[in-house]
Amino acid sequence: MAPLLSAAAVVKRFGAAPALDGVTLAVERAECVALVGESGAGKSTLLRCFNRLVEPDGGAVSVRGRDVRDTDPILLRRGIGYVPQEGGLLPHWRIARNVGVVPWLAGDPAADRLARDALQLVGLEPERYAERWPRELSGGQRQRAAIARALAARPEVVLLDEPFGALDAITRAELQTTFRRLQRELGLTAVLVTHDLREALELGDRVVVMRAGRIEQAAAPATLLGEPATAYVAELLARARVRDP
Amino acid sequence: MRRAATAALIALASAATSGAAQAPPARRAPAEPGRPIVVASKPFGESYLLAEMFAQVLEAHGFAVERRPGLGATELAFEALRTGAIDVYPEYTGTGLTAILHEQPIADPRETFARVATEFERRWGIRWLPPLGFENTYAIAVRRETAESLGLRTLSDLARAAPGLTAGLSPDFIGRPDGLPGIARAYGIRLKAVHALGPAVKYQALAAGKVDVIDGYATDGLIARYDLVVLADDRRFFPPYQAAALVGARLPREAPRAVLALEALSGRITEATMRRLNRRVEADNEPIARVAADAIGELGLGAGGAETAAGEARGDAGRQPLGAYLATQAPTLLRLTLRHLLLVGISLAAAVLLAMPLGLLLERAPRAAEGAIRAVGLLQTIPGIALLAFMIPLLGIGVVPALVALLLYSLYPILRNTYTGVRNADPEAVSAALAIGMTPGQVLRYVRLPLAAPVIMAGIRTAAVIDVGTATLAAFIGAGGLGDPIVAGLSLSDTRMILSGAIPAALLALLVDAGLGAVEMAVRGER
Repeated sequence: MAPLLSAAAVVKRFGAAPALDGVTLAVERAECVALVGESGAGKSTLLRCFNRLVEPDGGAVSVRGRDVRDTDPILLRRGIGYVPQEGGLLPHWRIARNVGVVPWLAGDPAADRLARDALQLVGLEPERYAERWPRELSGGQRQRAAIARALAARPEVVLLDEPFGALDAITRAELQTTFRRLQRELGLTAVLVTHDLREALELGDRVVVMRAGRIEQAAAPATLLGEPATAYVAELLARARVRDP
Repeated sequence: MRRAATAALIALASAATSGAAQAPPARRAPAEPGRPIVVASKPFGESYLLAEMFAQVLEAHGFAVERRPGLGATELAFEALRTGAIDVYPEYTGTGLTAILHEQPIADPRETFARVATEFERRWGIRWLPPLGFENTYAIAVRRETAESLGLRTLSDLARAAPGLTAGLSPDFIGRPDGLPGIARAYGIRLKAVHALGPAVKYQALAAGKVDVIDGYATDGLIARYDLVVLADDRRFFPPYQAAALVGARLPREAPRAVLALEALSGRITEATMRRLNRRVEADNEPIARVAADAIGELGLGAGGAETAAGEARGDAGRQPLGAYLATQAPTLLRLTLRHLLLVGISLAAAVLLAMPLGLLLERAPRAAEGAIRAVGLLQTIPGIALLAFMIPLLGIGVVPALVALLLYSLYPILRNTYTGVRNADPEAVSAALAIGMTPGQVLRYVRLPLAAPVIMAGIRTAAVIDVGTATLAAFIGAGGLGDPIVAGLSLSDTRMILSGAIPAALLALLVDAGLGAVEMAVRGER
């Protein structure tokens, strides 16, 4: 079966500098791929190619076997869950409205029920949180709500752009656990961008190490740990001290 | 020779008039029911008074009259006359020659009159009726004790003492060639310092010793009130300023009898009479309507018992305390306040309907935005009077040009705040909204616009408060509102009258701001 998401020799330049320099990647159904690398490695750019927030200069991107250039970008985005780093909740909307926005945009009359179901999934009691304002929630709760928003329309695919990067260590660990559980239970296909190698190893079925717009190595965590393909990957592993007991 | 020329001209004019009188009955002359005769003045005491006299004389002959007192200044009043928005206003030959025709002053009064009469008729079909009988030239005045201690009687004397004296002159006089630059050249006057002072404060400043020399008009009522000495123009520098009725092209055609009625005033008002009348208006604060009625009664031209719009703003002459004065003016002030509110409300609503969509449009075209917004900002720098003057040829006078001017002044704050507000709306929220599949239109409607609402409302409130203040300018163009008592009070040095317009205007500004504040709370309200 064809991969659910694929990028083939994708090139993207911002000005003269290449952000993506011939990247090829396939993501299988129900797989969680973690993109990891330093700032400017191109991981967010690659992520945003899958929902056409970024249009590649070369190569091809497809979702569910269909070239994204042949899709309506608005409908494409509504069919893919998205979680940005700061949550991106609309500050003038209550939590329930925020979470139900995607089905609501699609005209689904069950938007509110879907929103409440999604809140339940991420561990926010709808009775308690549905009518709150985003500013009344903690950072971790807001990020849970953002995940709920990404899941409310029950998409197959979820894109997460440094979703836990702004949280404190304890909250981050809680959210990582919740996400991993949901991803497995719901069989989500997920691409997760992070600059934290430990997080990538923790959450990814496969870890893709990127550097300067290219993929250094794409492998399962155990493989990456055991056989770093390049000196850069080895150095990254050493720096993150993930091999320490 | 010149006399003959003038006489011939007047004869010609009368001939034309009587000719028109025998025109077919399609042009009904007397008391046309359709269109009242519009009588205007410039914003200073003598002009108000003369216009009121014109109006009452016309009314005594059965004509319906509409009063437009206090039109901006020479350019505005003349522009209004030229374009037919008004029919008659009092003007001075010297002003016509130098300020309207932009010609060099002529020393001889008759030659000056002949020149303006010929040129105005030729260029615009506008007619100078024969002069009223007095001249109102510039008067350079000093306090009596200054004149006595320094031995000042003439402008030549002033030239001698000038290096020790400070002058307070109207900005107009400082700039015009027949003003300060002219006398400085003609007499070699070099003053220690020159301050630009408005007519409302000049006399007080002189009386209080803040300045030593001021410019005024020969017939100012305040010269007598403050016991000032007018220095003689011994080299006859100032051009003659004979007062006369200036009549637009339409009136002789449509109502020749009205022109004849106005001509009955020609040659009937002496300088002494005018000074006495001005004093009653400017120093004793008598109602203009009453003074005018007395004056034309003395001349045997009145109908008696005329009531007027110009007089309304003044109320009783007595020196009531401000509170009591405001109380007696309450009905008038209420009417003016409502008019003011109407001007502000309509212009503001139009500005919102124009500037907000434009701001949203520019948000989509950021490259064009800065330039466009700056261009609109430039409008803000056009002085109010100038803007009004530009507009007369297009829109005439009255409410419409006032609304347009106010609209133009309200655009910038609303446009700028709308654009900035939607542009700077929480970038995280905006990019997330795009990423989850909102169309650009939905992002605007559900995200940018609500998030920008407080900023946009702030712009609208700014515009509203500016508008309430700027709307006082409407008085200069005959649109009414609280500017009427302010402009009239400034020209008549009547503080009470100024305050009777300024206080309600200030309260209105606070009220409008508070009202829009309440609207803002409602707009921001949750959903």
